[in-house]
Amino acid sequence: MTPENPNPLPSIIPEKDWKKIQRMLSKRSLWMVHFCTGCGAMEMPPTMTSRYDMERFGIIPMATPRQADLLLVTGYVAVKTLKRIVRVYEQMQDPKYVIAFGSCPINGGIYWDSYNTIKRLDKYIPVDMYIAGCMPRPEAIMDAFLKLMKDIDEGRADGWLRYKKYYEKYKANQRRVFKRWDE
Amino acid sequence: MTDWANILINAGLTALYLFLAICVGLLFMGIARKVTARIHNRVGPPIYQNFLDVGKLLAKKSNIKHNWIFDFAPLFALAGVLLALAYLPMGGYRLLSGDGDLILLLYILVIPALGFALGAGASANPNAGVGVMRALTLMLSYEMPFLLVLLSLMIYYNTASLTTLLEKQMHSVWAIDVLPISALAADIALQGMMMEKPFDIPIAPHEIASGPLVEFGGNYLGMLMLYSAGSIVVETSLFVDLFLGGGIVLNPAVYGILAYVVNYIVWFALIFVVWMIAIFINAVFPRFRIEQAFKFYWKWPTLIAALGLAQAYIMSVILGVSV
Repeated sequence: MTPENPNPLPSIIPEKDWKKIQRMLSKRSLWMVHFCTGCGAMEMPPTMTSRYDMERFGIIPMATPRQADLLLVTGYVAVKTLKRIVRVYEQMQDPKYVIAFGSCPINGGIYWDSYNTIKRLDKYIPVDMYIAGCMPRPEAIMDAFLKLMKDIDEGRADGWLRYKKYYEKYKANQRRVFKRWDE
Repeated sequence: MTDWANILINAGLTALYLFLAICVGLLFMGIARKVTARIHNRVGPPIYQNFLDVGKLLAKKSNIKHNWIFDFAPLFALAGVLLALAYLPMGGYRLLSGDGDLILLLYILVIPALGFALGAGASANPNAGVGVMRALTLMLSYEMPFLLVLLSLMIYYNTASLTTLLEKQMHSVWAIDVLPISALAADIALQGMMMEKPFDIPIAPHEIASGPLVEFGGNYLGMLMLYSAGSIVVETSLFVDLFLGGGIVLNPAVYGILAYVVNYIVWFALIFVVWMIAIFINAVFPRFRIEQAFKFYWKWPTLIAALGLAQAYIMSVILGVSV
C-alpha cells in the first residue's frame, strides 16, 4: 500500500523521514469531530473543559468533517446513524483516525438484540481505538487519546490505509445493512 | 551589477519581513490560545501549537473538488494579506509605498477578505453562504466608525500618507495622546475587524459550522490558517501605525541599523499589547447576532468616532494646532 500524501521535496527529505515528520505533526494536532450518537456525548464536556482539558495535547473539537482528523463515535450506532457516520468518515481528509466509545460499538452492548442497531462498528469503518466501558470516564478517554498518539507515532494507527485496501469489503458490509443510500 | 545586487538584497529583505510577520501571527495565535486557556482555568496547549497545526494541515492532502475558483481562493487570500503586509510599515521598515496610501491601504485591506469570500461562495455550501453574508455585513458595520477615525487622523495631521503620519508622530507625541477618543473608537472597530468574540459572527463554529471555512480541509485550510495569521499582524499593526507611532522610537536616519532592530522590538511589544486587549475581551464575551453587531457599530463607536472627529477638527482648524 503506497501512502497517499506524497513527499513535497523528495530530493531533500528522505521518504522515511517525511513519514516520520508527518506522523509527528499529526499526532500533536488531532482535530476531532465528535459524532454524538449515544450517552457518550455526556462524557465529552468534562474532557474538553477545565477539569481534564484535552487542548493540552492539541486536541480541539472541529465543526466540520472536512477539517477534522479524528472521528469519535460516542455510543450505540443505529443503522440510520451508520449511514451518516460513513458519510462523515469519507468526507474527512487523509490521514484520519477513528475512536469508538463504550461497549455498544464493540459488541452491541445492551442493544445486543435490538432490531435496528449494528453490533460491530469495525465491520463498516476501520476503528483505530476502542474504549471499553459503559460509559468510559474522562480519564479513560484521555488515556485513549494518549494511546492513539503513541500508535500514530509508531505507525500502527493505519485504519485509513485499511479502508482503502479493503474498500470493496467495507462497502459490501455496509450494503448488507443499508436497504438504500438515500433515506 | 550593483543595481542587481540591490534588487536581490531588497527581495531577500522583503521575503524575510513577510516570513517573520507570518511567524509572529502564528505565535500570536498560540499565545492567544494559551491565555484564553488560563482565563478558563485550563492548562492550554503549548504556544507553538499553531506551528504544528499549520505543518500538519500542509502535510495533509486535500481531495475536495469543487471548481478552479475554490482551488484558487486560498492563494488569493494569502497573496492579498501578503500585499497588505508589504504596504504596512512594520517597525518602521516598509516594503512598498505610494502617495495617499492611507486610502490605498483601505482598498488593499479588502482584497484578502474578498478572496476568502470568493472561495467560500464557490464551495456552494449553504453554511459558507451565510458566513460570507455575515462577514460582509460586519465589514459594512465596522467600516463606518473606522472611516471616521481615519478622517479625524487625516484632518489633524493634514496628510493622507502613512509615511508622513509616522514621521510626524515620531517627531512629536503618539496620536493616542492627542486623539484618545478616536483611538477608543478604532479599537472597538478593530475587535470586529479581527472577528474576535463579541463579533465572531461570520465564523461562528457552533451555529454555522465555521462559516466560510466549512468546505476547506487539508492543505487548503493550512493556507487559510497562514492567511489568518497574516491578517492578525495586518490589523494589530494598522492600529499601532495609526495611533502608537508604528513603534518607531529611534530615528533610522540617525541611528541606522540599530534603529531598525529597536523599532522592530518596540513594534512587536505594541502589537502584542493590542492583540492581548482583543484576546481578553474575546475570552469572556458571548457572541452578538449580526443585526445586534450592526446596530452596535452604527451607534456607539460611530458616536465616539464622530466626537473624535469634532475634537480633531476643532484642534486643527479652529485652534490651529499644527504638527
